[in-house]
Parts: sequence; C-alpha cells; structure tokens
Amino acid sequence: MIANDDVSFDIGRGEIHALLGENGAGKSTLVKMIYGLVAPDKGEMQLDGARYAPTKPSEARRAGIAMVFQHFSLFDALNVAENVALGMETPPPMSDLARQIREVSETYGLPLDPGRTVGTLSAGERQRVEIIRCLLQNPRLLIMDEPTSVLTPQEVEILFETLRKLKAEGTSILYISHKLEEIRTLCDNATILRLGKKVDTCIPSQSSARQMAEMMVGSSFATPEARGGTAGEVLLAVRDLHLPAPGAFGTPLRGISFEVRAGEVLGIGGVAGNGQDELLSALSGERAAPAGSIMLDGKDISRAGPVARRGMGVLSGPEERLGHAAAPDMSLIENGVLTAARSEGMLTRGFISWTKARTFAEEVIAHFDVRTPSPGTAARALSGGNLQKFVVGREILQSPQVLVLNQPTWGVDAAAAAFIRQSVLDLAAKGAAVVVISQDLDELMEVSDRFGALNEGRLSQTPPVASLNIEQIGLMMGGAHDMEVAHVDV
Amino acid sequence: MDLSSINPILLVASIMVSATPILLAAIGEMVVEKSGVLNLGVEGMMITGAVVGFAVAVNSTSPAAGFLAAAVAGALLSLAFGVLTQFLLSNQVATGLGLTLVGLGMSSLIGKPYEGMKSPTLPKLDIPLLSDLPVVGRMLFSHDLMVYLSLVLVALVWAFLKYTRAGLILRAVGESHDSAHALGYKVVRIRLIAILFGGACAGLGGAYLSLVRVPQWTEGMTAGAGWIALAIVVFASWRAGRVAIGAYLFGGVTVLQLNLQAAGADVPVALLSASPYLVTIIVLVIISALGAHGAPASLGRPFHASS
Repeated sequence: MIANDDVSFDIGRGEIHALLGENGAGKSTLVKMIYGLVAPDKGEMQLDGARYAPTKPSEARRAGIAMVFQHFSLFDALNVAENVALGMETPPPMSDLARQIREVSETYGLPLDPGRTVGTLSAGERQRVEIIRCLLQNPRLLIMDEPTSVLTPQEVEILFETLRKLKAEGTSILYISHKLEEIRTLCDNATILRLGKKVDTCIPSQSSARQMAEMMVGSSFATPEARGGTAGEVLLAVRDLHLPAPGAFGTPLRGISFEVRAGEVLGIGGVAGNGQDELLSALSGERAAPAGSIMLDGKDISRAGPVARRGMGVLSGPEERLGHAAAPDMSLIENGVLTAARSEGMLTRGFISWTKARTFAEEVIAHFDVRTPSPGTAARALSGGNLQKFVVGREILQSPQVLVLNQPTWGVDAAAAAFIRQSVLDLAAKGAAVVVISQDLDELMEVSDRFGALNEGRLSQTPPVASLNIEQIGLMMGGAHDMEVAHVDV
Repeated sequence: MDLSSINPILLVASIMVSATPILLAAIGEMVVEKSGVLNLGVEGMMITGAVVGFAVAVNSTSPAAGFLAAAVAGALLSLAFGVLTQFLLSNQVATGLGLTLVGLGMSSLIGKPYEGMKSPTLPKLDIPLLSDLPVVGRMLFSHDLMVYLSLVLVALVWAFLKYTRAGLILRAVGESHDSAHALGYKVVRIRLIAILFGGACAGLGGAYLSLVRVPQWTEGMTAGAGWIALAIVVFASWRAGRVAIGAYLFGGVTVLQLNLQAAGADVPVALLSASPYLVTIIVLVIISALGAHGAPASLGRPFHASS
C-alpha cells in the first residue's frame, strides 16, 4: 500500500493551511510523518529552512511541532494535569503545571480544571486538554487532525477563535478536515489529497464548497433525493425512559420521550458521550428498560431482550463496528448469521444452513457494494467504510419495521456515506420507522424528517427539520444550561 | 481452650514474619499490573526464588547472597514471560500459568539434594533504643532486615507511582498503551522493566519463606502464597497501602489460626485452616466495594506498535 505518493506542500509562518481529502486519502499518514510516528521512504521535509527528519515524536516536539490527535490520546483514569504532563518533554512540578494550565486556559478562552479526572470530561473538554497540552510547549507548528468532528457548533466557534488568536501570534497551523465549510471560514490555503496524491491546491475563501468537494472526490456523487412522503401510524414510542449509567464513565438516560411514525426518519444529534450509546442499547434491548417505557405499535417491549426485539422487527446497528456491530475474527457469513439467522430463515431445529447464510452475505455484499475478497473474509480485514456498509446493509436487507442506527456513516467515504443515507431513506419510504443517531449534523439534516438532540442523557423536543436553523440546533445540543462562552483576550 | 497460652507479643511478631513473603510478591505484582501486564506466574517465581535462594545461601553460607540470587532467579524467570508476551505476543494468562508450572517443576528438581538441610538465616536486628522498648520493642523492632525492607519497598512503590514522572508514565502505559505509544513512550520496554521488578520481588518473597520463615526447603513450600498475592493485588484495587493491609491481614489470620489450633479451640481445624483465605477475601471485597475499582484499563491486553 502506498499511502502517500510524491506529495509536496509548504506552510508559511502564521498561516492556517488545510489538508483536505476523503477518508483514506493519506492525510493521517502524512501528518504522522511530520510528527515522527512514521518515517517517509523518500523525500525530505524542511523546517525554517533547515532539514527536518524526526525519527520519533519527542524529536518533533523539541523542534516545535505539536499535534492534536483525531482520537484523543488521553488517559481516562488520570487527571488533566497528569495527562498534560505526559505529553511534555520536561514538565514542571505538578503544582506549577496546574497553575500554567489555568493561565493558558484563561488566555485562550478554553476553561478547564487541572484536577478533574479525564474520564469525566465531555468530548469538547477532552479536546481542550489536548490543545492546552500542545500550547504549553509554545509550538511553531500545530497540527490538528479533524478537530471539530466531536464538537457542537458553539464549541467549534470557541475553537476557531483560539486558532485565530494563535495565528495572530505567528503560530502556523496545519488543519486536517473533510468539512468544507469550516475550511472555507478558517483556512488561508488548502492542499487537496486524493488516494495519497496531491491533486490540487486552492484558496478556500475564494472557492466554493462544491468545487472543493469535486477536487476531493474526483467525480460527482449522488446526493440523497429529497422526498415528501407522508408519515403513517406511530410505530415506536418511547415514554419517559430513565436508565442508570452502565459504568463509571457512562451517561444515565433521564426521561427520554419520542415517537417515530412509519415512513419517518428521526435524527438524534448531540455531542458524543451524552447518552447516544446508552440510548441505542436501551432501544436494541441490550439493556432492559423499565416496563412501559418503550412501545412498539402499542405493545410494551421494554423488558424484551435483543433476540425477542429482533423477532418483532426492531433492528439496530451500533456505532462501534469492530466488537459491537461485528465480531472481528468471524467471517462476513458468520457475522450475517449473528443478526439475521431467524429473520432470514437460516435455522432448522437449531442447525444453521450455511448455504442460506452465504447467500445472505453475498446479497448484502452485492447490494451494498462491499469491497471484500470473499464473504468468508474476517470482518477485521475489511476497511472501516466497507465493514460499515456491510453491518448497515445486513440490517436494512432484513426489512425491519423499526431500525435504530448509531453513527451509520462514521469514517465512511463520501460516496459510500451517500449510498448508506439513500438506503436509509429508501427503507423509510417502504414504511419503516428509522432512528438515526449521529454526530454529523449535515447528515442528520439530509436524512431526517424530525430532529432532536441529546444532552447529558436528556432528549430535546423533536421538531420537523425544515423548521430549524443552525443556531436553534446548537442550542438544542447545548441542552438546558448554556455552554461556557469563550472570553478571548486579544 | 486455653487462650492464655497465646502470647500477644509473639503473636504480633510472628504476624510480621508471616506477612512479609506475600507482601513482597504482591507489591511486585502490583507494579506489573499497573503497567498493564497480568503475570499469573507469581507462584512459580516465588518458589524458584525459594529454592535458588536456599541453595545459594547453603553453599555460600551467606543469606544475603541467597536473597540476591533469589531476586535474580525470579527476574530471569519473569524475563522469559516478558519475552514471550511482549515480543512474541503470546497470551498472558496461558503464559503466566505455564510459568507457575515451570517454576514448581524446576524448583523440586533443583531442591532435591537440599531437602532436610538447614540454611543460614538472617540475624534479628538489634536497633538501639527501639528494640529495648518494653512490649513494642519485641513486637515491632526486633525483626530481621527483610521485614523492614519490604515495608520500605511498599512506601517507595507508593511514592514512585504517585509522585514521580516515571511512575506516571508506568501508569499511563497501563491505562492506554495506544495513547502512550502515540505520545512516544516505549510501551514494551517499560512493561519489561515492570515485569523484571515483579519477578525480583516474587523471588525475594520466596527466599524469605525458605531462608527465614520456615527455614528449610520442602517441595511446594509456597503452598499457594503466590496466588494469594495475586488476589490481594486485585482486591486491594491496585493501591500500595491496601496491598500492605491485605498481606498483613492474611499473615495475621494465618498465625492466629495456628495459635488457636495449638490452644485447642473448639472450631473444626479445616475451618480454621481456611480462615485466612476467607477473612482476607471478605475484608478486601468490602474495601474494594466501597471505593472505585481502578483496574488499569489495558490490563492483560496485548500490545503491538503496528495496530
């Protein structure tokens, strides 16, 4: 595999430079080379005119390069100050460090308590830990890998203010994203990667999102069709669902109520860690809910387990592909059997018909364009996007009455994501009730008829999408109490 | 039953002696587990330490040399575990169990010629002033050096994990090896060092059994002490202070029940013999139920830099 092929670009002092590309375009590999985690086979890098070839991250840090990772490299059981200390070359004593953290967090408008245990922080706060860890080292170049994927619109604004202030101070920023609007508002220049090659550069403020998207994808892709279907009877009704947190770092569900009608898609947004996983496991039956809180077509299914609910046509696709939606070391055929054995008639007196199982897996693969050597390939061996197509397709092909999906297109490239969304819309058009839980607001706006947001385990009202603007959505995601507002001293 | 036959001064003194081997093994294993590695071979490393320490002490007539050799032997055995699990990515549970079997078998082979022999033992310290105190002097301040070293070791491990940067890195590796790797820390190297430390501690604990507590070599003389050390680490929620409490509790009840048996208590002997295990587990379960469990999040998970 060649992740990067002959890529060159440069970043000026105090410039915010965007690195734009699909999933798998080679953005992450490129920044890993800059950060010293991967060594390039060929070519060279220069920092301030001098040759720069880091062999490990500590060398990169010493050279003034800091990185905020996409998946935070934080330690849940340690506190903020300890986490920050681990990312520094020569950390000061803990008491001094706590004071410095407070200072930097005030200067840059990123409120954070150094004594808090990281496991109890929200995704936005966790990102602040990473950013402050970087800022304490006065970096010359700050690399940010998809920083906004877990933030509310308000938190994104806070982050952008911080980045603009850093830029004004002369720090260069390499900003990696596939969110075009963000890049247009924030970045000075953009380098676009596709399949590991640099395909183009542009000045984002002077290009349209559509132009950049086409450079990124290389071809136009189908956007889901809008539709104005009429909703039928209420299929799934959740009434005042309370459920305690499953573990030390989980979120309790607090009085969640909503209804989904046949032919309708309900989009549920919210920042990660506000009860999404817990809501999915309550709806799928992994955790039994208090009697009377979940009704299917007027029938109480709150106490039914996952198998019973599947039997009634309530299917679900959890967020975590490997380990939750699919068993990593089992083949696609076996993974198909795991959820579809009953509904697809693969069982006779407890024995599995492998012919039927293979046919079903092949159907999913063909219908959802899953790229795999064979249906016998282990789930682990598939790329994230392909496995996602398989696990979502597996549920959709069983023609459920109610389908609950959590992050159905997370880490999936744009073309495949569009296809998954279209399949969800088609399923609803056939009369199913669909609940899509996602952190991608654009996605929710595209597929949902109605929208609600989770905040600390509470669900907002679920008004029709057409009646909402981005401000209102941001407030819904922020919940009853407002976000701490940034106070940036410029 | 004649309770007056139990001398409280001797009782406390023998509790300290009886707790020391378990304390040494458990504090070592705690460090290993804090780094994210589960080494179930404590029993094997202890008994290897016991036999090697005994053999070296007998041949050199120096108990200090015996302890040193026991630590080295325990560390070497744990190195085999480290290479297998950290470089060759073998399963930690199976490898640890294998280590125990190897240790038990190898120790009876090495120990055959030494059965029935007597070893030189550590002298009791005579600390000026303290040892001369009435009652507490004989209870607490007239032991051999290893008793105090083991307690100092617990304090050192506690301070190391809480206050030093190296300790923070060790905990970080045990919490999330992927994150630690992303920050540029040498996960495998750090774990190997922890494994070696754990092996050396288990070796010392074994040698304390054969050189001081018994002091003799008999086949299988650790009699499950390594497993108790493992259980104490878990029930102590991976905290140094609680490990010490657990080890002393187990040692205490062991000695007490022996005294009760000798005094002819009207309780079935089987129940008395089981009591140290029962009491330790019950007390530590209550402690760990009250607070957070705090198992290192990466405990027992294999790590490879490529994933």
